[in-house]
Amino acid sequence: MKKLSKLSTVYLIIMFFILYAPILYLMFYSFNSGGTMYHFEGFTLDWYKELFGDSRLLIIVLNTAIIALLSAAISTILGVAGALAIYYARRRRVKNTLLSLNNVLIVSPDVIIGASFLILFTMVGIKLGFISVLLAHIAFSVPIVVIMVLPKIEEMNTSMIYAALDLGASRWDVLTKVVLPYITPGIFAGFFMALTYSLDDFAVTFFVTGNGFTTLSVEIYSLARRGVSLNINALSTLLFIFTMLLVVGYYFITKRNNKPGRMGVR
Amino acid sequence: MKSKSRNFYLIPYVIWIALFVVMPILLVLYYSFFDIDGQLTFDNYKKFFTPVYLKMTFSSFWYAFLITMFTLLVAYPISYLLTKTKHKQLLLLLIILPSWINLLLKAYAFIGIFGTYGAANSFLEVIGIGTKQILFTDFSFIFVSVYIFLPFMILPIFNALDELNPSLVDASNDLGASKWITFKRVIFPLTIDGVKSGCQIVFIPALSLFMLTRLIAGNRVITLGTAIEQHFLVTQDWGMGATIAVFLIIAMVLIMILTGKRKRGIL
Repeated sequence: MKKLSKLSTVYLIIMFFILYAPILYLMFYSFNSGGTMYHFEGFTLDWYKELFGDSRLLIIVLNTAIIALLSAAISTILGVAGALAIYYARRRRVKNTLLSLNNVLIVSPDVIIGASFLILFTMVGIKLGFISVLLAHIAFSVPIVVIMVLPKIEEMNTSMIYAALDLGASRWDVLTKVVLPYITPGIFAGFFMALTYSLDDFAVTFFVTGNGFTTLSVEIYSLARRGVSLNINALSTLLFIFTMLLVVGYYFITKRNNKPGRMGVR
Repeated sequence: MKSKSRNFYLIPYVIWIALFVVMPILLVLYYSFFDIDGQLTFDNYKKFFTPVYLKMTFSSFWYAFLITMFTLLVAYPISYLLTKTKHKQLLLLLIILPSWINLLLKAYAFIGIFGTYGAANSFLEVIGIGTKQILFTDFSFIFVSVYIFLPFMILPIFNALDELNPSLVDASNDLGASKWITFKRVIFPLTIDGVKSGCQIVFIPALSLFMLTRLIAGNRVITLGTAIEQHFLVTQDWGMGATIAVFLIIAMVLIMILTGKRKRGIL
């Protein structure tokens, strides 16, 4: 293969720089004692201290984490059931209909999801707050889990299921001892995806959260609307590191995912 | 033998579909026929076809179009060059990495960079142009949107380019086609599916952006998304908000049909 020309390399480097510059910019100024995002006066960790001293913000972080973990766990269970339902659907028509309905929430803009859920929760009479946010996050994470798990199920060899049935396994045994172990990597990938979607979500949460309950994204939005405050920079540095850890974790899971063998038996 | 187990898995999943996919859409449609006092009318639809809303819809489409176009123009060369590098998977991962970082934080970073004393203006100062108002302009809005959507455009185009059989390009070169002709007649047509899905992934959210319009464009740009948010959360005119949502859904379906692949299956 030919080597890249100078111009192409420069273009790529500039693009990488632009992609990462804003994030590094944020992190850099989180250590600024000057209190602004343009004039670096001196190094300080005050913003981090202030962050950890802010109990309101810590509660918000806790809320966000609980919502993310709970919604990811529940949507993983629902998503696996969904993927199995699609897999076991015999007729092509049913399968395609299920898949299309599954993808509606993936392609819908956040605003539509948020607005329609707001109507739904108000109609049903669910008080806006923790429960409504949790339900919304579960709802939009399910299709992502399905998409992550389904390919794994489809690549599974059907004769394994028949073999298990022939050897006298009950349907429950087939599920817990054959199918689930085989698709575990897909399940983990789905769980991680659901987790990041939940942590990232702003628009849907913004619609369905009431007055009393906030997640991190919504809080950052209201802080950012008031202007620059280096607390957010400190917070984003921590979030960045946390996201990187999640991505690395996800990366290793998908890597294991691609390794053949050893998955069938456990 | 499978009929029983199928029913079992379908139950929770179908309940989810009914509650969170079908119901919300029907409810949006239902609400669009009510005015702010709860009266059943077609007024919202009449109102949508007044110049105010039509202009807003048009400008929303225009911005979404600009964003998609610039994203494509930047993303295609990147994807192309990435497929030519040695560690392409690693570099691709590095491109996608920023998209995992909370959108709000990236928007917030740009408030700092594009601010009056921010890095962008210092740069302009150095090269002699002088300080300009960058934040709260169309430029900043489109720039930040392109920045945010870039990874989503690169991914499908990269995959399409990666699947492209290199011998086709070689054949075209051997047959005497210039680089441009090869691109126009061979590479681009063969990767059009990637371009289409990239445009779809970018255009639909670009139509409904609402957070960026507030933070970066300073309420100057009103998209369909901003209008929906405004109606639902500020003026509490849910009927009108739902009507705009109905049109946004229609636009979404049209775009999906337009950019849909003619392949078997979904997605």
